[in-house]
Order: sequence, then C-alpha cells, then structure tokens
Amino acid sequence: MYAYDEIDRTLVNERVSEFRDQVKRRLSGELTEDEFKILRLQNGVYLQLHAYMFRVAIPYGTLATNQMRALAHVARKYDRGYGHFTTRQNIQFNWIKLAELPDALEDLAKVGIHAMQTSGNNMRNVTSDQWAGVAPGEIEDPRIWSELIRQHTTLHPEFSFLPRKFKIAITASDHDRAAIKIHDIGLRLIKNEKGETGFEVLVGGGLGRTPFIAKTIKHFVHGRDILSYIEAILRVYNQYGRRDNIYKARIKILVHELGIEKFSREVEDEWQHIRNSSLQIDDEVIEDIRSRFTYPAYEKLPHMPDELRQAAADPDFEAWRKNSVAPHKVQGYSIVTISLKPTGGPPGDATAEQMDALADLADKYSFGEIRVGHEQNLALPHVAKRDLPALWKALDKLGLATPNVNLITDIIACPGLDYCSLANARSIPIAQELTRRFANHELANLIGRLHINISGCINACGHHHVGHIGILGVEKNGEEVYQITIGGRADENAALGTLIGPGVKFDEVADVVEDIVEAYLALRERPEELFMDTVKRLGVEPFKERVYATR
Amino acid sequence: MTSPLEQKKIKIAGPSVVTANRTWDGIVVYRTAAKSWSADLSEAAIVRNSDEAKALLAEAVADDVGAIGPYIAPVQIGDDGKVLPGNLREQIRRTGVTIGQPAQV
Repeated sequence: MYAYDEIDRTLVNERVSEFRDQVKRRLSGELTEDEFKILRLQNGVYLQLHAYMFRVAIPYGTLATNQMRALAHVARKYDRGYGHFTTRQNIQFNWIKLAELPDALEDLAKVGIHAMQTSGNNMRNVTSDQWAGVAPGEIEDPRIWSELIRQHTTLHPEFSFLPRKFKIAITASDHDRAAIKIHDIGLRLIKNEKGETGFEVLVGGGLGRTPFIAKTIKHFVHGRDILSYIEAILRVYNQYGRRDNIYKARIKILVHELGIEKFSREVEDEWQHIRNSSLQIDDEVIEDIRSRFTYPAYEKLPHMPDELRQAAADPDFEAWRKNSVAPHKVQGYSIVTISLKPTGGPPGDATAEQMDALADLADKYSFGEIRVGHEQNLALPHVAKRDLPALWKALDKLGLATPNVNLITDIIACPGLDYCSLANARSIPIAQELTRRFANHELANLIGRLHINISGCINACGHHHVGHIGILGVEKNGEEVYQITIGGRADENAALGTLIGPGVKFDEVADVVEDIVEAYLALRERPEELFMDTVKRLGVEPFKERVYATR
Repeated sequence: MTSPLEQKKIKIAGPSVVTANRTWDGIVVYRTAAKSWSADLSEAAIVRNSDEAKALLAEAVADDVGAIGPYIAPVQIGDDGKVLPGNLREQIRRTGVTIGQPAQV
C-alpha cells in the first residue's frame, strides 16, 4: 500500500471544500450549468440517463480495506447499495444526488480517495497491472512510477485543459494486463543493458470511433527522464491536438495524421528543451515514493501446504482454483482474482455488502490489500496457499467465487443504454444472457480462454475492438443492432478485431456467439489451441460463413 | 437510440415532450404546461409541431436552476389518452434499468 503524505491529504480536503462551495452556488443558481459542467466533470460527476454518475479513482488499482469499506459506505448511504468497477480502475456510482455529493466526497477523503480528474479533458487516473508488485518475473513494481506520474499530473495547470481526455497505463511484466497499447501513452517498464530502469514509450493508442493500436515512439527512456518525456508528448499534443472537432481531438488522431516519425521528431525537439530541467527525477524522489509503499511481511511457507493438497479432492474447489489462482513471486503465496461476473449478473458490479465482506477477507487473508483490474474483476494479491480453501468457501458464500476468470463468461461490458446517456444500445442484458448461455463451467473450460467485450455505442467503453469476440451495439431504424468482430486482443500482442458481417438483432446475439464458439470447437486442431490461435490460423472467414449461412 | 446529445435540429414527427434531469438529484423530469417540472410523464406538456417544440424547449432551457440538459423526446399517446415513452431510451429513463440491480437481486 502507498501512504499519502500531508500534501496529498491537504490537497484532497481542499478540493472537497472547493467542490462543496461550487455545488452550493450551482444549486442556488449563482452558477449556470454551462459554468458548472466543467467543474463537476473535473470531479468525476457526469449526468446519465436516470441520475448523476459519480466516478471515483482507484490509482493503479490498489485499494486498502478501509478504502473499500468507504466505497461500500458511499454505495449504501448515497447510492442504491452497489457500485460498478470500470475498465480503468475506477468505480462508478449510478444514482448519486448532486446535493449529497460533497458529503460523499468528504467521507471518501477521510481515507484518501477522491474523484479528481476522473472525467474532463485532463490526465485521467494512471492505471497499471493489478498484479503489480506480486507478479513473478516483473521488472519492478510499476506502481512506484504510476504514483510519480500521478503526483506530477494531478492538477497540473498545463494539462488541465487538454484538447481531450488523456490516459496513461503502465506495465512491468512481459504479459500486459494493463492494456497499454490502447492508451494515449503506454509505458512498458524495462531495463537497459546497464541494468538501469527505463521505459519503452508507446503513444497514440485508443479505441472509440477511430481505433488505433499505440506505436512505439521511443524504445528506451531512462526512468529519471520519464516525466520530461511525457511532458514533451503532452506539450506537442496540447499545441497541435485538434480542439475544433471532438471526434478528432484525441492524441491518436494527431499521431496518425502526422505519422509517428514526424510526431516523434516534434516530441524529441520539445524534450531537448526540458529534459535537463527540474523535471529530471533524482533517485531520492523515487526512493521516497518507494519507501511509502509497504509490502507484507511474508512468511516462509511451503509450495504445497497440506490444506491445499486436501482441498484438491473437491472438484468445485479445483474448478475455482484453476481459473482464479495465479502464481505469486513469493513461494507459498498466490494472487487470487475475484470474479465480478456471476451468472446472470451485470459485469463489474459489487454490492456494498460484498465490498464490506471482501474488505474483511482481505484483512484476514491478503494483508489488507485489494486490487482492481481493467477486466472489471478484483484481486487479493497476497493470499497464503494454505488459506485458499477457506477463502474460497467464504467467497462462495458471498457469490464471489464464480470459477470463470478468463473464460467466455468473464465479459467486459460498458453500462450501455441501461445507464449511459451516450449509449445507443444495451450492453448489460447481452452480457447477462451470455453468462446464462455458457453457465456450464465444464463447457466454459472446454472452450478455454476467450474474452468477450461489449460496448453500447461507438465510444467503446467496453473495449469491443479488442475483444476476442467484440460486440458493438448501434441503433438502426430505432432498433438495437449489434455488430460482431473477431480477433481483437488487448495484451502485448494487441490487435483490433475484424467485423464479420451485418449487424444482428438483440435477441440473436447470444445465438451468434454460440455459433462462433461451435465453429471454433469444430475447427481447432487440438484442445490446447485457443480461440485466438484458431482465428490467427484460419482468419475470420470460417466463422463468418458459420454465422451467416443460415441468417 | 440516437442520443439526444446529438440532437441538432428540432424536427418532430409526432407528439413529443421536453425532458431533462432535475438539478439537485438528477432524476428524470418532464416540462409541464404550468411551466414547471414533473417526474410524472402524464403531466408533461405535449407538443405536436416544431414551433411548439421550440417554444417549450426555449422555456425549459431558460429554467437552468430547475433542471439540466433539456431536450425533445418522442412520446406515444394511447387510445385511452395515456402518454407513453416513444422509444426504448425514453422507456428506460421513465421506468428504470431493464436489468435487476445487484443490490435487489
């Protein structure tokens, strides 16, 4: 966990007071909605279909248990008893009242949580690998650098009015769990030949109506120079990014239109002006941040404790363990992913009771730490293997032990037309139907790793472009229609999916997915060949033929 | 459903209302003939042509304190005179999400 200092606490508290005054002036009519809108957006407050939506940041996806309890408290006291974890390590509350928002923010500020820059045209929550600090083989904990960037970009005056929103993600593992290639800036932590820490810097990734995979702009930027290099990118973007057309305002459009070579030359020129300035990071600064992250006092534990050996006889436990439990960098410990994708449930939602209970379990089994991943699941990062059977039983009682992590029912979905004012079609009911259709865990395991992503409009909050199967809801003649793509992925080999044909109606989507899955099972050369391997080998044509042969 | 955020021209094809969200709590409201807001669709002022719609919208926009984001939304009038939302989006705004909310499931 990271311990905030007095500067952080003061800043967050002052922001609450400031927003309380702004809300008061808005409700009295002293501020018009036009004047207030930018202020509320900078504090994570949107207007959705039924109410205001309040988005709270969970920097680099790390939560302490008192913070999780505070989120539960907000869900219970100010909302309707639940929250929605998003693809950018935030949580959203869907039914918040503007008049009560300052109180909710004040309650969150007591545990160091805020909503600054979770919306608006500024630097958004810096996201990272939910396994940061515990993943085997990791270069080093990417949250140290995430925190450095968070501090530098929070309320940075030069980056508070960018042409459009700006998102940074950081990974430090070979396998990218932070989806860095679909971010405005993606950072991959690496070591150079001298063993020094630095970053491969990628730029211009993003989804929405014009999707692009990020391109490498520099193969190695030394850690001490990372702030100046990011700042150089942002300055070029701030200068040349389009403000006249919201659909062309993201940095991905600028990078695409200038070309990565010209864009990188512009950045390089800017960087040379600022790299040897106060933006150069002293080792002491990094060490100070590093010292504020505390790590558990791990015990020396056996690789295979008796408790785990005995529990292995239970097929239900084994089904959960196989999909939810991952290796930890310390022997005798595991990383446990907690599926927020129950059969028939909205992806990413958790009730206040589940949040509270999970906080208790994290205190008992995970040194008081919880993580949030971009796949809209949670994780307990430090679970002793001997405790896995007891944890599983406790999670099962809470409805949090669905053994479907990384399987076909582990669906990423945006709120869609059930909540969102931008949406054209519903997302959640499609996800719910798919989780029912593939509720048989033996079948889901037979299918293997398969990611479905659903968005309710072209803004692509459900990341449909990078789903192994992507589903995009659009509106046609007043009806919901869904376009299906195949072959997308969000990891280190990120790729955009290919549209397989005309859109299908709401009621047909699950049938189409079933057809695609049946085609895959028939076409794969062996059980170990994953869906994406089959698509890579054969292309989308066989799937297209299967889907449209009878439609 | 085409988002009303993209509503640029006022062109209506049938009976319509002006709807928005109440400022202090965000709930869905409808502009009434009495120049106020109501959470009850049956109390909404019905407009039937572009001029009426423009006038009602202008009046709603002027009430910036009461509600935010006003726009024109289609409705259907049943044989019994009952006013119903004119599309799925407005149906969801009136009756709530089409899914069970986790805290209630």
